Amino acid sequence: MGYIANTAGQREEMLKACGAASVDELFACIPPALRPKSFQLPRPRSELEAHNFFKEVAGRNYSHLTNFLGGGFYDHFIPAAVDALASRSEFYTAYTPYQPELSQGTLQAIYEYQTGICRLTGMEVANASVYDGGTALYEACQMALHATGRGRIVMDGGLNPVYRKMLYSYTANLCIEFTEIPVTHGQSDRRHVFQALKDNTAAVILQNPNFFGVMDDASDIVKHCHERGILVIQSVYPIALALLKTPGEIGADIATGEGQSLGIPLAFGGPYLGFMATTKELVRKLPGRLVGRTVDRLGREAFVLTLQAREQHIRREKATSNICTNEALCALRAHIYLSLIGKQGLKDVASLCYAKARYAMERFKAIRGVSVMEESPTFNEFVIRLPIDAGDLAGMMVERGLAPGLPLGRFYPGMERCLLVAITEKRTKFEIGTLAEAMEAVLCQ
Amino acid sequence: MSVIFQKSAAGRRGVSLPECDVPAPPPIPDAYRRARDAELCELSELDVVRHFTELSRRNYAVDTGFYPLGSCTMKYNPKILETVARLEGFSDLHPFLPQLRHGGMLVQGALQVLYELERLLCEVAGMDAFTLQPLAGAHGELTGMMLIAAYHRDHGHAKSEVIIPDEAHGTNPASGAIAGYTTRPVPTNLRTGMLDLQALEGAVTDRTAAIMLTNPNTLGIFNSDIEKVVEIAHRRGALVYYDGANLNAVLGKFRPGDAGIDVMHINLHKTFATPHGSGGPGAGPVGVQKRLVDYLPISRVVKRQDNTSTLDYDFPKSIGYIAPFYGNFSICLRAYVYILMLGGPGLVEVSENAVLNANYVMNALKEAYDLPFDRPCMHEFVLSAKKQMEAGVHAIDLAKGLIDEGFHPPTVYFPLIVKEALMIEPTETESKETLDAFIAAMKRVAAKAASSPSSLRDAPVTTPVSRPDEVKAARDMDVAYRPNVS
Repeated sequence: MGYIANTAGQREEMLKACGAASVDELFACIPPALRPKSFQLPRPRSELEAHNFFKEVAGRNYSHLTNFLGGGFYDHFIPAAVDALASRSEFYTAYTPYQPELSQGTLQAIYEYQTGICRLTGMEVANASVYDGGTALYEACQMALHATGRGRIVMDGGLNPVYRKMLYSYTANLCIEFTEIPVTHGQSDRRHVFQALKDNTAAVILQNPNFFGVMDDASDIVKHCHERGILVIQSVYPIALALLKTPGEIGADIATGEGQSLGIPLAFGGPYLGFMATTKELVRKLPGRLVGRTVDRLGREAFVLTLQAREQHIRREKATSNICTNEALCALRAHIYLSLIGKQGLKDVASLCYAKARYAMERFKAIRGVSVMEESPTFNEFVIRLPIDAGDLAGMMVERGLAPGLPLGRFYPGMERCLLVAITEKRTKFEIGTLAEAMEAVLCQ
Repeated sequence: MSVIFQKSAAGRRGVSLPECDVPAPPPIPDAYRRARDAELCELSELDVVRHFTELSRRNYAVDTGFYPLGSCTMKYNPKILETVARLEGFSDLHPFLPQLRHGGMLVQGALQVLYELERLLCEVAGMDAFTLQPLAGAHGELTGMMLIAAYHRDHGHAKSEVIIPDEAHGTNPASGAIAGYTTRPVPTNLRTGMLDLQALEGAVTDRTAAIMLTNPNTLGIFNSDIEKVVEIAHRRGALVYYDGANLNAVLGKFRPGDAGIDVMHINLHKTFATPHGSGGPGAGPVGVQKRLVDYLPISRVVKRQDNTSTLDYDFPKSIGYIAPFYGNFSICLRAYVYILMLGGPGLVEVSENAVLNANYVMNALKEAYDLPFDRPCMHEFVLSAKKQMEAGVHAIDLAKGLIDEGFHPPTVYFPLIVKEALMIEPTETESKETLDAFIAAMKRVAAKAASSPSSLRDAPVTTPVSRPDEVKAARDMDVAYRPNVS
């Protein structure tokens, strides 16, 4: 049963070698009073039974809806080779590369991944990953607080509301002051941002494109912040970085983001990939693992975990973060994806997203009663205002096999009639037309 | 082997994409565009496949050989877990689907997985409720500390300190500190290998928020005083956190909840066989007793009267969002598959065989190596390289020598309280034949330490690279490839 190799005979032999009469003797250290009061678990199942059971369970999920949902998490195409290579069990059944001689594959892959993230973000140093885009942002805040010795963080109104909530949760027991810039649907409101900057401000958090899909060039904000010794953290969408101004170009101090778009399945929320990149100046404040290139005893090129004195297993309570296990396999997937899709391919993916989103925008605008919020240019996501509750519309679209976008009322009171629509390279003109016609049908009866 | 960027050829493509089927849009304004393209690879699919296949061959993994890395539980990861996780009904599911009206009904299969896994973990651990949201073991510890802080704050307790045994994992003190507490170590009784109760009594004050305990501890010793530890803590209004990293030893033999543990986490990537992925993703579900349920992260999966499941966000005392959604869903799914397949009897066999395998190896090696705690162990045990030190051979040299014998080495230099520690955890999935081969290799390495110590200091010699120059790595800080730097 299960995955145990030893036969009954071998177990007897082994017990004898241990000088024990039974397995129970080996558990004598657990006194009878501490034995389980209950252990009511299901009967064992064979692999065949389990497989059939889970096929049935998976079948009860509506994964087949045509997907216009985004909000920071996107339905992008994953080339077959990503799965094929990431499924090699030399990668996925290995542990953290603490023994470098036995882990050159993982170590080199992480080094290359770090390089790719640097090139994409225009930053100098990237770590080996953290859990997700939200925890990356939290870690970036910690870096800024430590680097500046200040206690206040300003969050722009365009920041993903999920991340905003995560930041509050993580800091509830710490003395950190947050200032939220009021939400606009356009670009960062300079007047509000500049007013919010105080002498004790450690960092400003920006997002590009922002939660509503709006693109911005925040160079002026960065300049203003740096004059006052304030750091800038920018949360970015890696696919968009193929075309858009990078955190490095605007002069941001820390870039973070969700790497799910880079070949990682949506999988109902995880595992995902938090990427973090920064300047050489801040590298010692960076959390998590970092791989460096060096040589071995014989002068051969070798890769190894480096600057480990920042980490919990060395510094314990003084570590920059408590992170140990990260998202190594997801980082590997992102690296394989970027290697396959390549320099031109990523630009093509981004261009397809942008072009199709523009088309969808025009198409939806033509529907009576529907308007598009377009004060500022958007990338592949945009907000439409409906004549009815967006949740109601969504319900009707689901019946037609469509997940039409994210209703915003739950995150932004007052926006109950707003829907955030995301378009990726996977959506076809036909599918966009199907959604437009379905909306027309229910809104214009 | 070349870095992948060195293999690029200008103009080469790896993936074909569909033609654009919509009219060309107005260009993105220059103000928002990057000035130069990102220098990503330009490779064919075959180039990429060969590169990563070659990289994979430079890795040691559970599927390639025995991996007795103490405290990491490198057991076999059944393939059916991967097959189930790849079913489209799970892998293609957008996490915002429940945000659509009646959206919970669109993800009933996924919610069932989460709900049922929570119930099973409650039964395994004897806790009242679990959250599956923590994304790794250390993330579970942090979540646990946040729950404890929320509990004390809600009750008006002024608490400032967390007590941690000196043999604990490094993540424990870091997690306590990041949650806003100062941490204070308490010593282990070096005779029993268990927490020094007298020292603990002296350390716990009214300011103590929690004691963090690992049991069996990192010496592989079960602390039979656990109820006394709980009592000492509760007397002063402190809670007890249980690091479930070593739960693989006690399935069906001991449940933390029964001993009065208040909060705990489980590493699904250890005990419940989800793959380690070269360092993640893992999952670190956190279990609590009734009095802490109100503080659990949102959302929570609840069952309706009609037996359907839904996500409930209405918990005013909750610590809020610690993950963007519902945790590392596909890792939780794999653990659920594993538990359902093994069932109750299978889980008990896991622990019995893990403990038997560890004791078998320990007994076979206690002549060749120093065994600081000579008593039956749980799922792992700690040797010391004390004897070999006499010839100037350190634990790290023995570890590297073992690599040349074809094995992954044990964990070295941990726990910190044993000098020159070698921490060995065979796990239940290894056969006697494998263990015997490992024992023989360990003995050969010990013999080499006595006969030709200098050869071990040069080990390993059979791997693609020998020991990397870590000083150079830290000094040069070459952490991203640049073509002009050799």
